[in-house]
Amino acid sequence: MLVLLLGLVAVGALYAALAPRTVQADDLADDADLVAEGRELFLTGCASCHGDNGQGILQAGGGAYGPSLIGVGAAAAYFQVGTGRMPLAQNSQQAPERDPIYDEAEIEALSAFVASLGPGPAIPGPEYYDVSEVSEEDLARGGEFFRTNCTACHNSVGAGGALSGGRYAPSLEGVEGSIFAAALLTGPQQMPVFSDEVISPEDKRNIYAYLRTVQDQPDYGGFGLGGIGPVSEGLVAWVLGIGVLVGAAAWIGKHTVRTDKT
Amino acid sequence: MSDDRSTDRGASEVEPAHPEARPVERHGDGEPYPNPGIEPHRPRPTDVDDKADRRVERQVSTLFAVSALLTLGFCVAYFAVDKYSAWAGTNALNLVLGCTLGGALLLIGIGAIQWSKMLMDDHEVVELRHSSGSSAEDQVEALASFEQGAAESGFGRRRMLRGSLLASLGVLGLPAVILLGDLGPLPGNRPRETVWAKGVRVVTDPEGEPLRLSDIQLGQLVNAQPSVLFETDEEGEPLYEGTERLNAKAKASVILVRIDPADLVNTDSVAKGVEGVLCFSKICTHLGCPISLYEQQLRRVLCPCHQSTFDLADGAKVIFGPAARSLPQLDLGVDEQGYLIALGDFDAIVGASFPEMTQD
Repeated sequence: MLVLLLGLVAVGALYAALAPRTVQADDLADDADLVAEGRELFLTGCASCHGDNGQGILQAGGGAYGPSLIGVGAAAAYFQVGTGRMPLAQNSQQAPERDPIYDEAEIEALSAFVASLGPGPAIPGPEYYDVSEVSEEDLARGGEFFRTNCTACHNSVGAGGALSGGRYAPSLEGVEGSIFAAALLTGPQQMPVFSDEVISPEDKRNIYAYLRTVQDQPDYGGFGLGGIGPVSEGLVAWVLGIGVLVGAAAWIGKHTVRTDKT
Repeated sequence: MSDDRSTDRGASEVEPAHPEARPVERHGDGEPYPNPGIEPHRPRPTDVDDKADRRVERQVSTLFAVSALLTLGFCVAYFAVDKYSAWAGTNALNLVLGCTLGGALLLIGIGAIQWSKMLMDDHEVVELRHSSGSSAEDQVEALASFEQGAAESGFGRRRMLRGSLLASLGVLGLPAVILLGDLGPLPGNRPRETVWAKGVRVVTDPEGEPLRLSDIQLGQLVNAQPSVLFETDEEGEPLYEGTERLNAKAKASVILVRIDPADLVNTDSVAKGVEGVLCFSKICTHLGCPISLYEQQLRRVLCPCHQSTFDLADGAKVIFGPAARSLPQLDLGVDEQGYLIALGDFDAIVGASFPEMTQD
């Protein structure tokens, strides 16, 4: 009975701690001026694909020309525009990262407008990426989460990797904390969503701390060669390593010094 | 330079080279082509110039001396360089140890090659090849001694002795066969079943937290495990631990995804899910790699080992690659407390196919 009671209390506490964060109406959306400013930018730069009210535009075949942005939240706009993936550079397998077209104030305004379309994840705050108080245990735990959930696509040190049909999981080298957390919360492009109910904000922070640590530490085992595993290592060993040895052996055998002097 | 090698008994005839080419005298039966002889010998600078000779000697000694210094440097660095400091993005100690020892070996090698190429006597030598068979006398002698041995031992005559010896040697093969038993026991039904059973909760990996339907958003991926891997018995001991737990986990790992029910095309698969939340084995049916490369918009899972691709919207059907079977799907339900549970074990064998598996 006591266990049940404790369990109920724990679940209640957990719910109170976690639930409001994901479906909270974004503070940004309450700022009417910011939303209006974002709407102006949206109508100029985004509406041709996403529709005047962000409702999306369907193609004749039923596929999305530009997907609906209702309910994707400020975090989605922050991630897509903040990494330069949107506006789309060209129609290709996936939108590549590039220098953002909009400045920070414009990105905030666009995020506010998208947040006003429907409830969705807000731009993640420092609780997702402030690594100043991360302990060794947190770091180890972050590593465990990273290896379980992230390495399949992004590689064990976050070097990125190939997906099907020319798509790829990008490198996580030097990723900003807020961008990292926004990606987990919104599941951009082919990346799945990792919501706060399944991976708590604290665990997300631990993952980020782990990522920063593995990328900052020196390669104790020798040169990392991009950390992408046997492909680059094999290339270097076979082409450079064995190639140089064979070339040197051939050079030694061929190289003779003779003179006609007597 | 002729490099024929003698494969025959004893020392072969060795003839010093002569400055002018001349055919080598033939031995025994004639060869089909005339012997072209050896090229005229041309001296090296070190052969004719004393200064060059001394210079190369100094050069080689310097190489050896520097090698010795590097080896000593290795010994010093082993104690002197901090184990954890980093230079040029790599470990300082490893870098110094590798450079000093590698350099020392390399310099000995270069010195040895230089010595042999520039200073060692390099006149050309011809060594003739001979037949490798034994002489006729030796063959006759060996055969006679074998026959004598066979006759004296009575191996052919004493049939009982011969039979019993052969029998004892034959029986020696049995222990080798008997010891094969240690490769067992046979796996029995274990490859066909996992720890999933009716009522086992689907919990997060590596946390072990139970999951509600509402926790899983559209486009979500959850790497999950059966709750029994995290539970303890009445005495507080884990139900599974050590190798047993790892083996159980290796077969029971699953991925949970939530797909818009409008996008799902396989009705059998839909029926096993709850409101578009589907649970598939994380183990590739080709060779058993763990797969969670989930492309959320295409609803595809890609195996990183051999690029087998599964369409989760169509019952995890194989749409590319060497895998032959769909990913097994777990029948999902919700218990009274609202947590996701399995309604039984997988509908198919998890992981790589094996010869004895039943084919339906």
